Amino acid sequence: MTNETIDSLVALAAQVVESARNRGADVAEATARQGSHLSTKVRLREPELVEEAGSRSVGVRVMIGQQVAVSYTSDLTKDGVERLVEDALELARLSQPDPYAGPPDPSLLSKPEQHPDLAMFDPEMGALGAGDALARAREGEEAAFAFDERIVNSEGASFTRAAGASAIVTSGGFSGGYEGSYASIVVRPVVNDAGGKKRSGFHWSAKRHLADLDSPKAVGEEAARRTLRKLGATKVATQECAVVFDPDAGRSILDLFSGCVMGGAIWRRSSYLVDREGTKVASDLVSIVDDPLIPKAPGSRPFDGEGLLARRNVVVDRGVLKTYLMDSYSARKLDKESTGNASRGSSGGVGASTTNFILQPGERTAEELLESTESGLYVTEMMGFGFNPVTGDFSRGAAGFWIEKGELAFPVSEVTISLNLDDLLQRIDAVADDLDLRTSTATPTFRVSRMTLAGK
Amino acid sequence: MTDPQTRYRAPFAPGGPAAIDARLAGRLLEVALSKGGDYADLFYEYHVTSSYAYDEGILKAAGRAVAMGLGVRVMKGDATGYAYVEDLSMEAMERAARTAAQIAAGGGAAPMALASRELPQRYPVELLSLDIPGETKRELLERADLAARAEDPRIVRVDASLNEEIREILIATSDGKMVHDRQPLIRFGVRAIAEHEGKRQSGSSGGGGRMGLEYFEKRSPEWHAKEAVRQAVAMLDAREAPAGELPVVLAPGDSGILLHEAVGHGLEADFNRKKTSNYSDQIGERVASELCTVVDDATLSSSRGSINVDDEGNEPRSAVLIENGVLRGYMQDRHSAGFFSTSPTGNGRRESFKSHPMPRMTNTMLLAGEDDPEDIVRSVERGVYAKKFGGGQVDISNGDFVFSLTEGYLIENGKITAPLKGVNLIGNGPDVMRKVVMLGHDLQTSDGIWTCGKDGQSVPVGVGCPTVKISAVTVGGTEIAKG
Repeated sequence: MTNETIDSLVALAAQVVESARNRGADVAEATARQGSHLSTKVRLREPELVEEAGSRSVGVRVMIGQQVAVSYTSDLTKDGVERLVEDALELARLSQPDPYAGPPDPSLLSKPEQHPDLAMFDPEMGALGAGDALARAREGEEAAFAFDERIVNSEGASFTRAAGASAIVTSGGFSGGYEGSYASIVVRPVVNDAGGKKRSGFHWSAKRHLADLDSPKAVGEEAARRTLRKLGATKVATQECAVVFDPDAGRSILDLFSGCVMGGAIWRRSSYLVDREGTKVASDLVSIVDDPLIPKAPGSRPFDGEGLLARRNVVVDRGVLKTYLMDSYSARKLDKESTGNASRGSSGGVGASTTNFILQPGERTAEELLESTESGLYVTEMMGFGFNPVTGDFSRGAAGFWIEKGELAFPVSEVTISLNLDDLLQRIDAVADDLDLRTSTATPTFRVSRMTLAGK
Repeated sequence: MTDPQTRYRAPFAPGGPAAIDARLAGRLLEVALSKGGDYADLFYEYHVTSSYAYDEGILKAAGRAVAMGLGVRVMKGDATGYAYVEDLSMEAMERAARTAAQIAAGGGAAPMALASRELPQRYPVELLSLDIPGETKRELLERADLAARAEDPRIVRVDASLNEEIREILIATSDGKMVHDRQPLIRFGVRAIAEHEGKRQSGSSGGGGRMGLEYFEKRSPEWHAKEAVRQAVAMLDAREAPAGELPVVLAPGDSGILLHEAVGHGLEADFNRKKTSNYSDQIGERVASELCTVVDDATLSSSRGSINVDDEGNEPRSAVLIENGVLRGYMQDRHSAGFFSTSPTGNGRRESFKSHPMPRMTNTMLLAGEDDPEDIVRSVERGVYAKKFGGGQVDISNGDFVFSLTEGYLIENGKITAPLKGVNLIGNGPDVMRKVVMLGHDLQTSDGIWTCGKDGQSVPVGVGCPTVKISAVTVGGTEIAKG
């Protein structure tokens, strides 16, 4: 790890903490960040975009007694940083004492030597130039065109590399930082369907190390396959049926659940999971783990946003809710211990968040799961925001395929699927083994025995 | 423009301590075009936001953020080179211009001489909300909190928030334009949670616009508090919504979000330039029922979606997109206007100096019809009355769109009856627009709460519509009708 980058960010954050303390803050915690990226996009074989930039910022949270405020700036001139600290203190004086506010217990803070190396940074990636990036994007789009002559249009193909580093310094004695990188390629073919409709699809790969990325050809061909299979999509009749979620659609279900297990949602009574710890919230087949310690994974981190050592938490064990995910504030509100899930935003604010939040894979393949499904909807895409976390009521637009005798019979679009999330998780009757850690919230393919589908 | 007394002025603005004048901007544009680009622009932005969160009876969190930078764009044919920088030293700005310039290799043009232009003033900034003492804002939030708690004993939690911002931009283009604008924005919101007999529901209300605290002369904190409580309490009795195709009546105002999704995005010219929208090549064709006239109007006074100038230096106007059901035009940015050999419509917007502009909506509205709103409800035997929304989304390629209902009611025999649990509605844009069968005379614009996302960029927008009857939309409830 190039520690010059981290060292300079630690120095910037430490300077802000000191300045805030000198001006009257009882507690000051600063986070300094920098990032750089190269984004390129090709459309119809021609370059469409080359973007290159870097940025740096600092955010601070201060407390005067138990009055809290945050401030952020990207203006790192002397005046800019002074303004940052003044703004934070001015706003802290305006805030009102919150009896639960405070930094974490200093004895819980981690030390740099405890921080594991999670292989999140690829030092080679930064050398990749615009020409190379455009060539990879072009190769991906070309593979989609070459795959089938019906692919005549495209929303383009993009290749991006990005690197970032962040450091946290607190007046409680924590100091630490880490770097991360990722590279990604996405290909978006478009095909013409009947009645002037188009069908767009996409496929993508993203990895922290360039060498781990899927080849542009593989991504382009899979994108073509996924777009073509949508041709002729139609509505089906309103009915109750089994619903199989592929990993892309399944992830959004798990995302909704993750919002409801956050300590903040619980003490705000804004979650249907209030008072449900220790109770059954899903079927026996469901185990969900939040694990920040997986090497190279997208949501990994060595320590949390308050400086506590990152740790693996089993959130749901065979259907039973074991714990909410908390930072030290929400833990205090709930009279529990922090689970090491604090996340510090670039603005300086702290809240709880998931890291790698994963529905644990089952034992059969996705193909076997489909084959065992007599009929139902196989969902590959969901649309819209139809979820009420307070009640768990869920209703969303969906598209995918109709399953008939264990096979994908025809494409389906313009329908909605509905069921309260509590019932949905209880009705999971099959979980496959096709887990892919492209995203920090991830699920394998799974099936819900019965939901309401609204169509024609 | 008069120089208001404020702590929040962009250093690069005219009269500022590090003012960017025509000579400096011209020099950077020369660097940007030095590799042969056809066109270049500079986008300077200074953006200050403050947020105040009132929770559990106290002002629990307050925050401020200052972001400033320059984005340099160079175009060569259909290709864009883009670079941005936060350090506004001449050296760093030149480096960004050189980076963006790389997109071109040979040919090109020299920048034209820059001339500053005066803009219309659709949101005059008398006194920035940011410059008013925080205690005043804390009191507004406290008033909302107290009003909500006093309104109904079933209210167990209240939170209220205020966000205020100023965005100051300076644009210089290689075709000779130089413009400067200051865009204020505030947004206020209240959320209440009601509990009763083991049921829990939430309700919310919010508003704002391109103005200062004078907003509260129109809508008081108490008004929003009562509205949030009304919704939370009403939803305590919500029953399962029906599933399947039903007639839907949209309440006036926020229902414009349906327009935004069903037709708005599909008429953004970039999708049509690329022929990836289901509205491609449809100008002059019927795309909606003849009752429908849809406009995008950036000129509304102090509306959340209004702008004096877009983020490419072009002045927007009120543009007719659909006239009596016939598609008349797209929303253009500079790039797409060049492709369609037309003028930019002033719809080139961007989230910040870190992003390049795209065609975006401003205030999108379905204009009023002639029906009496009560007659519209009376005409429905069994259907859904859609009152409040959580947001929507569209698939541009085939026109399928959804929007989620957070407050809806059953219509039975021409009367609004039971409240329904939140549901998604799904439809196909051109299909639903053809099924608009009645249109009220009660056009309302949304109070300023909506933010539109596209390609990862968020911009504030407005929507508007009268009471609308759609003959059939798929309602995503759980109750399947018998028979």
